[in-house]
Amino acid sequence: MPSTDEVKERIEQALPGATANVTDLTGGGDHLRAEVVYDGFAGLSRLQQHRLVYDVFEGEIGGPIHALSLKTETPT
Amino acid sequence: MTNEEIRGEIKRAIHEERVMLFMKGTPDMPRCGFSARVSQILNASGVEYAAMDILPDPRIREELSGLSGWPTIPQLFVGGELVGGCDIVTEMFETGELAETLGTERPERVEAPAPAQAPGQSPPLQIE
Repeated sequence: MPSTDEVKERIEQALPGATANVTDLTGGGDHLRAEVVYDGFAGLSRLQQHRLVYDVFEGEIGGPIHALSLKTETPT
Repeated sequence: MTNEEIRGEIKRAIHEERVMLFMKGTPDMPRCGFSARVSQILNASGVEYAAMDILPDPRIREELSGLSGWPTIPQLFVGGELVGGCDIVTEMFETGELAETLGTERPERVEAPAPAQAPGQSPPLQIE
């Protein structure tokens, strides 16, 4: 089960320039929430923005990462 | 049931039901907080929708995620298009975009409502 730090690092590595704030919603390590700010989200629908983040963890969501709740934004 | 039959049933539901929710459990008996939240939002929106429980057979989820390219449950489809999962539906509900997508009036209360049985709601679809 990846830690919040690991999830943050992987998002920030995969999406250059992105800032991810990852929290553990339940304290159990399997329900994580990531708030991601990334200028590459500009012009994309919310669905496409979430897909970009989910793609970083292809195959792990629903498995090792039980749930990853997302909030995506472009920098202001 | 073969995988092809399951996939066919999912496709049929997506294309024939204008508002189609794939969830864990049923709107009356949700088995996951995220699924419960989306069905409560739909109930509060006053829209008629169909729901399919993905739990009875693990292949339902596999086939659904294969079709939609979306890894998590719940998944809401409107007019044959994926709208999103719990986070997106919740955000859209709060901003009023969901009412636009569903073609309903925006409810006055914007916070997620308490569980309630909506009148006129279709019974959940079942895959035996």
